[in-house]
Amino acid sequence: MSLPVDVHPPPRGGRIPRAASVHRVGRRRRPQWLAGLLLILPSLLAIGLFVYGFIGWNVRVSVTSWRGLTPTYDFVGVRNYLALWGDERWRLDVRNIVIFTTVFVIGSLALGFGMATLLEKGVRGQGFYRSVYLFPMAISFVATAIVWRWLLDNGTGSDTAGINKLLSDVGLGWLRSDWHRSEGGWAIAAVALPAGWALSGYVMALFLAGMRNIPNAVREAARIDGATEAQVFWHVTRPMLRPVTVSAIVILLHISLKTFDLLYAIDQRSLKIDTPSLYMWFTTFDGGFYNRGATIATVLLIGIALVVGPYIRSSLRRGGAR
Amino acid sequence: MTQWASEAVDAPAPATGRRWGPIARQGALMALAVLFLLPVYVLVVTSFKSPAEASVTTMWGLPQSFSLDSFAAVWPKLRSGFVNSMMIAIPASILSSLLGSANGFVLARSRLPGADIIFPLILFGIFVPYQAVLIPLVQTMTAAGLRGAGDPTGGLRGLILIHIIYGLPITTLIFRNFFVGLPQSLTELAEVDGAGMLRTYFDVALPLARPAFAVALIWQFTAVWNDFLWGAVMTTRDAWPITIALNNIAGGQAVPFNEAMASALLACLPMLAVYVVLSRYFMRGLLAGALQH
Repeated sequence: MSLPVDVHPPPRGGRIPRAASVHRVGRRRRPQWLAGLLLILPSLLAIGLFVYGFIGWNVRVSVTSWRGLTPTYDFVGVRNYLALWGDERWRLDVRNIVIFTTVFVIGSLALGFGMATLLEKGVRGQGFYRSVYLFPMAISFVATAIVWRWLLDNGTGSDTAGINKLLSDVGLGWLRSDWHRSEGGWAIAAVALPAGWALSGYVMALFLAGMRNIPNAVREAARIDGATEAQVFWHVTRPMLRPVTVSAIVILLHISLKTFDLLYAIDQRSLKIDTPSLYMWFTTFDGGFYNRGATIATVLLIGIALVVGPYIRSSLRRGGAR
Repeated sequence: MTQWASEAVDAPAPATGRRWGPIARQGALMALAVLFLLPVYVLVVTSFKSPAEASVTTMWGLPQSFSLDSFAAVWPKLRSGFVNSMMIAIPASILSSLLGSANGFVLARSRLPGADIIFPLILFGIFVPYQAVLIPLVQTMTAAGLRGAGDPTGGLRGLILIHIIYGLPITTLIFRNFFVGLPQSLTELAEVDGAGMLRTYFDVALPLARPAFAVALIWQFTAVWNDFLWGAVMTTRDAWPITIALNNIAGGQAVPFNEAMASALLACLPMLAVYVVLSRYFMRGLLAGALQH
């Protein structure tokens, strides 16, 4: 595995303090890692409790009949899970999250890759373009949502505001849409637009870093052997970008599954853009259905773990003996 | 930015029959930039229009007036959220980074037994959907008197604690990879000199890790400043972080358009400043989250 963080040469003139004196060498009998363990113990305990302890606790809640403010720790088996699949809102949410994820992941991936390809060889103003494509990542989803909800809004009457107004002003009126208020699956597909706006620059950054790691000599060699640009891309660049593509997909997928604030701030009361993470929130904290909330959360966690688990494994294996 | 700049060297490949290539490329890049900046145009232009002029029907129009009235109208409502977020984000990012640096150092350098089990378990913490810990967290923080009205600070202390803990996985990863990349000899030299693990960490590793601190601090500050979910469950009105304040002020359809835009712009300003001034480190933090280049 290449290093996630750029490796910097030690700063020039970085002195290595000659710390303790030589006499102590002979006295070191206890294992050298013991001090290390003490150093990380607080963090390990905190992560152990707040991540794994709470995950276990949440799974426990998902097999109870806990409703209302007073916790109930009975045991009802997998009843809540079975009930979920018969739940109309849940089935709508699953459909929505599948659409959202598909549009958002494929869209951001394609756009990010396209932008990276355009920028890769170095063009005038590349720093500017990179910054423009990437900065939405620095903005909170809430602020993104607040701007976009006005852009997606049609105003009163027919297309007097927002993107639709702009489209009709430039003669592209036929592209108009009801966006997040559309019928069917189109509403949730439309809110993948702000999500993609926020994150495709990130994908671009990943791809640019990946492309930078491909030695130019390799591609040059292929060209000298008579390969066309398309062949160079398909047989040299594409395979070498595989790890970065996997990273990008895993990151986009997990962001997509847990997206909450963007949808909440665009229109929290609209079932058209409802997803499991929103349902979890409302059923738990508005409805008091802690059992159902915990069940949804567990399903979300399993979905993310199925994607992320193998990814972490393979990343570390490639990191290998280090 | 040197790594980026070096790419420009082999740029103008004098390819035959591809004279239109660079122009088409510039055109495509420019068109994309315009699309990416459209929301920003509306955001900025509307914020500075006079409230009388600002209207959704003319949102794409050039401003005929310049006014700070919208900011003046929303700032009093946003100010406490702004202050709260600073009070949360600064200590949370510093403490999370410090602890992460210790974890990263130990995992990279100490041959701790079980490290190859511990490290992936910590890494998974980066990806855990927060919904999966939400109910137990709310119960625990309420019982501990650190949440909402049960806490004299309205949940602020609890929120800081949560951000420190859930920031640990990513900061640990950033520092672990930084220390793995340092030449072994640097810390071994100190150990040969008789310095123990703690001594080596404090005297050798920490001073060297300044670049990793920059990355971790920026990453954490961004994450905390932009957080919504934790703030929503943890805080009462007085302790609202900026995102909650923003959503409650500018979220409704009843809010005047110009005020919604002005408050969104104000809430983004610190992040935009960080992004512009420290984009190099911001970039590295982004790549760290990918576990690899």
